[in-house]
Amino acid sequence: MIEVKGLHKSFGDVHILKDISTTFKKGKTSMVIGQSGSGKTVFLKCLLGLFDYEQGSISYDGKIFGQLNADEKRNIRSKIGMVFQGSALFDSMTIAENVMFPLRMFTKQSKSEMEDRVNFVLKRVNLADAHYKMPSEASGGMQKRVAIARAIVNKPKYLFCDEPNSGLDPKTAIVIDNLIQEITEEYNITTVINSHDMNSVMEIGEKIVFLKDGKKAWEGSKETIFKTDNEAVTNFVYSSELFKKVRKMYLEENES
Amino acid sequence: MTYFHNIGAYFIMVKDMFRKPTKWSVMKGLILKDIDDLIIGSFGIVAFISFFVGGVVTIQTALNISNPLIPKYLVGFATRQSVILEFAPTFISIIMAGKVGSFITSSIGTMRVTEQIDALEVMGINAINYLVFPKFIALMLYPFVISIAMFLGILGGMAACIYGGFSTLEDYVTGVQLDFIPFHITYAFIKTIVFAFVLATVPSFYGFFMKGGALEVGKASTTAFVWTSVAIILLNYIITQLLLS
Repeated sequence: MIEVKGLHKSFGDVHILKDISTTFKKGKTSMVIGQSGSGKTVFLKCLLGLFDYEQGSISYDGKIFGQLNADEKRNIRSKIGMVFQGSALFDSMTIAENVMFPLRMFTKQSKSEMEDRVNFVLKRVNLADAHYKMPSEASGGMQKRVAIARAIVNKPKYLFCDEPNSGLDPKTAIVIDNLIQEITEEYNITTVINSHDMNSVMEIGEKIVFLKDGKKAWEGSKETIFKTDNEAVTNFVYSSELFKKVRKMYLEENES
Repeated sequence: MTYFHNIGAYFIMVKDMFRKPTKWSVMKGLILKDIDDLIIGSFGIVAFISFFVGGVVTIQTALNISNPLIPKYLVGFATRQSVILEFAPTFISIIMAGKVGSFITSSIGTMRVTEQIDALEVMGINAINYLVFPKFIALMLYPFVISIAMFLGILGGMAACIYGGFSTLEDYVTGVQLDFIPFHITYAFIKTIVFAFVLATVPSFYGFFMKGGALEVGKASTTAFVWTSVAIILLNYIITQLLLS
C-alpha cells in the first residue's frame, strides 16, 4: 500500500501540488486523472522519488520514503516497476535485453534463469516472438507491452504507469488496460496509473483520484464517478457528448 | 551565477560518477561498447587528420626556412616538436571534442529526452555512474590514439618532405632524432590524460542535465563542444606553464 499525506510541491514560486493526501491499495488499479497541467506527472514523479517535495510524506507499506537512508530507498526502488509515457526503452538494446535489464542489475540469477523469466513475461504480454527486435522496429503498442514486461520482470510490489495509452489506437489501448489490470490482480501489486483517457478510467479504475490545479478535487471509483455531482469532475469527465450519453444511460439503468 | 552553478553541478556529477557502482558484469559490457564507439571509432578521422596536418606543418616549415645557413634537417626537428608537443595532444583533442564530445552529449541527451535516464533512476540505478563512468574508463585509452596521431603526423611530414622535394629522407630523419627530450612525451601524455577526463565528463554533463526536446539536444551538443574546447585550451596553458616553464 502507498500512503500519501499532505503533499506539497513547488517549482520556484509556482505551487504545483497542494496538500494531496490519498492511499493506493495493494491488488487494486488506482488512477490519477485530471486535465493536462493539473499536476499528475509531477505527482507521479514525487511518488517515484524523482522529485523532492517541500511538505508531506509518502510511505510504501508503512515505510516513509523521505526518512529512509540511501540503501533503503534503493531497496524500495528496486521493487518499483514503471511504464513511461514514451515507453523509455533503451534503444541500444534488443527487446529481450530491455526486459532482462532489471534482472541483470538486481539479481544474481544465472543466464538461463534470466532467459526463462524473460521468455515467460514476454509470453505474458503476447510478445513471444519479439526477442531480437530493436525497440525502433516495434510499433507503439508493442513498445508499451515491452515496457510493461520490463516493469514486471523483477516481480515488483508497486507498478506505476504514466499515460500508458497515449498514442495508441482504441483497440490496443483496451489490450494494454486489461493487461495492466490482470497483472495487478495476478501479482497482487499496488498499481497507480496517470491518465486522461476516460475509456481506461471507466474500464479499470478501481480507485480514481481527480486532480485539479494541483489539488485533489475528488476521490472515488469507476462506479461512483457516474453518480458524483462534483462540478469539476463532471466538467472534465463528461465533456464529450458520448460520455454524457453513457452517464445518462447508466443513471437511467440504475434508477429502473 | 549560472556559470558558478554549472561548475558546482559539474563537480558534484564527477563525485557521483564514482558512487554506487554498477555491477561489474554489466559495467564490463558498457566499457567495451564505449571503447568501440569512442576510441576505435575515432581511429579513422584521427589518422587522416594527423597524416595530412603533419604534412602541412612540414611544408610550411620548409617554405619558411629558405635561408641557406639553416640546415635542412630542421624541417624534421620542427615537425617532430610541433606534432608531439601541441598538434597531437591538443589539436586532436579539439577535434575529438567535436566528434566524441557531441556523440556523448547527444546520446545522453536523447536518453534524457526519451525518459531513459528517468527509467534508470526509478530502478534505483546511479545513472551517472552507469552512463559516464564507462566513457571515462574508455577514454583512459585515449593516449593510445594520440600515440598513433604522433606517429602518423611525423610520417605525414616525412611523406610531404620527400615528395615535395623540401629535403632528403636522411635529413628529415636526422631532424626528427635531433635533441630528443623524452620528457616531452611524458608531458604530452599527461596533457592527454587530463584532456581525456575533460572529453568524458564535460559533454556528459551537458547531456545529462539538459532540459527540453530534440532541439535542445542539438544546442546542448554545441554548448558542450564550446566548453570542452575552452577547458582543453585553458588546461593546456596551465599544464604547459607547470611542466615546461
